[in-house]
Amino acid sequence: MTDTPDYKAESPTLEAWRMFRRNVPALAGVVILTFIVLATLYGTFFYSGDPYNVVWAPHEPPGVTPEFPLGTDYLGRDLVAGLLTGGGPTLAVGAAAAAITMVIGITLGSLAGFYGGWVDNLLMRITEFFQVLPALLFAMVLVTLFSPSLWTIAFAIGVVSWPQTARLTRAEFLKIKELEYVTAARAIGARNKRIIWKVILPNAMPPLIVSATLTIGIAILFEAGLSFLGLGDPNVMSWGLMIGANRDYILDAWWPVTFPGLAIFLTVFAVSLIGDGLNDAFNPKLRER
Amino acid sequence: MSSSFLLRRVGYGLVLMLGVVVLNFLLIRLAPGDPATVIAGEMGGATEEMLESIREEYGLNKPLIVQLGIYVGNVLRGNMGESFFFNQPVASLIAQRIGPTILLVITAQILSILIGVFLGVIAARKPNGVMSGFVSVFATIGYAVPVFWTGIMLIILFASVFPFFPAEGMQSVRLRGADVFTKTLDIAHHLVLPAFTLAIIYLAQYARLSRASMLEVLGSDYIRTARAKGAAEKTVLFKHALRNAALPILTVAGLQFGNLISGALLVETVFNWPGMGRLAFDSILRRDYPTIMGVLFFASAMVVIANILTDISYRWADPRLRGKS
Repeated sequence: MTDTPDYKAESPTLEAWRMFRRNVPALAGVVILTFIVLATLYGTFFYSGDPYNVVWAPHEPPGVTPEFPLGTDYLGRDLVAGLLTGGGPTLAVGAAAAAITMVIGITLGSLAGFYGGWVDNLLMRITEFFQVLPALLFAMVLVTLFSPSLWTIAFAIGVVSWPQTARLTRAEFLKIKELEYVTAARAIGARNKRIIWKVILPNAMPPLIVSATLTIGIAILFEAGLSFLGLGDPNVMSWGLMIGANRDYILDAWWPVTFPGLAIFLTVFAVSLIGDGLNDAFNPKLRER
Repeated sequence: MSSSFLLRRVGYGLVLMLGVVVLNFLLIRLAPGDPATVIAGEMGGATEEMLESIREEYGLNKPLIVQLGIYVGNVLRGNMGESFFFNQPVASLIAQRIGPTILLVITAQILSILIGVFLGVIAARKPNGVMSGFVSVFATIGYAVPVFWTGIMLIILFASVFPFFPAEGMQSVRLRGADVFTKTLDIAHHLVLPAFTLAIIYLAQYARLSRASMLEVLGSDYIRTARAKGAAEKTVLFKHALRNAALPILTVAGLQFGNLISGALLVETVFNWPGMGRLAFDSILRRDYPTIMGVLFFASAMVVIANILTDISYRWADPRLRGKS
C-alpha cells in the first residue's frame, strides 16, 4: 500500500445517506416512525385488551386507573387498546394510497414528459382536470359510491392525489431527456421503453422519493379525515374513527379525541421530518434555506 | 390585459366544468345498482312512482349517450336535479349554502397569506435566527396536524376552558331580530375559530414559502442597489423584495384553493358551519346523490374561478407576462 490518497468517487446514494445520517431531525423522524410502526404491529402482544369491548366506566380520565393508563372513551372502551389497533389501518391505507399515487403519477408524468407533443398535451389536460376537483370531496364521493373498505379508501386517495406527482415526474423528464447520457443511450440504439425506465427514471428518483414520503403523510391525513367523517370502513378501528366517534363529548372529556389526534400528528410529523431530511440529503445546495 | 387571453382562459374553464358534469354522470352510472335508485338515494326509500319519474326525467331507458346529452342539457339549463331528502331543487339548496363557505374560505385564505407572508419576511431577515427556526418548525407542525383535530382542540381551549368564542354555528339564535351591525359582529365572532383552524395549515406553508422566496430575492443586485441608495430596511423588505418574491406565493395561493375547499369541508363539519361542506357531508350520509353531485360541481367551479383569478393577478403582478398569451 502506498500513501496515495484514495480518489474513488462516492456513489450519490451513499453520499445522500451520509448527509441524512448527520441530520438530527430526520433521524428523530426515523426513530418516532419506527416506534409507531412497531407499536401498531406488535403492541397488542405486550398490551392485551380488546379495543371494541366495553371494559370500564365511560370517560375515565387518564392516569387514574392503572389498568387504563390513557382512560376510556364515551362507551367505556380502553383508549390504549384503541390506539394500538387503530394505527394499523391508518398506516396501511396511507402506504397503499401513496403507492397507488406514485404508480399513476409516475406513469402518466413520464409518458407526458418523454413523448411531449399531443401525448403531453392530452395527459396534462387530464391532470389539470383532476386538480380542479376538490380532493377530499371527490374521495368522499368515490368511497360512498363504491362502499367503504380499506382498498376503496386507498384507491380513492390515490385517484385524487396523483396530479402533483405526475407534474413533478414530467418536469424531471423534460429536464433529464435533454442531457447527454440520454442522447448517448439513444445513440447506442436503446429503445424508448428502456430509456424511460432504465435511463431517465432512475435519475429522476431523488425528488420523486422525497415527494413519495410527503405523499404518505398526506395520505395518512386523508384517511384520518375520511374515517373521522365516518366514511371509513365502519368495522375497522382507526385513529380518525376514534376522534369522530368521541367528538360529540369533547366538552365532557378531552382525552378520547386528544390522544388519537396526537398519534396522527406524530406519525405525519415523523414522516415529514424524514421527507425534509431526504430532500436536504439529495440537494445539498438547498440546505441553507 | 388582452381580452383574448381572458376569453381563452374562461373558455377553458368552461370546458373543465363540462368535464366535471360528464364525470358526475359517469360516477352515477358506474355506481353499483340501479341508477334510478342511486339518484333517489338509497336511504330515501323511494316509491316505484318516484323511480319511474326519475327514469323519465333522466331518460334512463334510453341509450347511454342520449342520457348523457339529457343530463348535460339539464345542467346547462340550471337544473341540477332534485334533492329527495330536502324536497328542493339542488341548485337552490346550494345557493343557500355557498355564501357561508365562500366567507369561510376567503377569510382563511386572507388570514393565512397575511400572517404567513409577514412571518416569512421577518424570518428571511435572519436566515439562521430564532424566527427562521420557528417558521421551519411551525411549518412542519402545521403540515402534520389533521385540520379537524386542530378545530376540536381550539373548541376545547377557546370555547370550553376559556369561553371566548362560540363553538358552533354561524349566528346566534337570540339575535334573530337584531340590526345588521350586531348581526355582522355576531357572524365575525362565530367566524374566528373556524377561520383560524383552516388558516393554520396554510399559514405555515406560506411562511415557509415566502421565507425561501425572500431569501432568493434578497441576494439580488437590485436589493443591494436599494440598500446602497439608503432605503430604509422596511422599504427594502416590503417594497423592493416582497414585490418580487410575491410570484411564487401567488402561484401557490392559486393551487392551494382546491385543498382549502377540502379543508373547509372538514372544518364546517367540526364547527357545524352551515356551508356547502356541511351539506356535502350530510348528503353523503343520506346518500342524497343529486345534492352531492351538485356540491362537487359548484366546489369545482369555485376552484376554476380561483385559478382564473390567479392567472389574472399573476399578469397584474408580473408586467413581463402581459404581452404574452
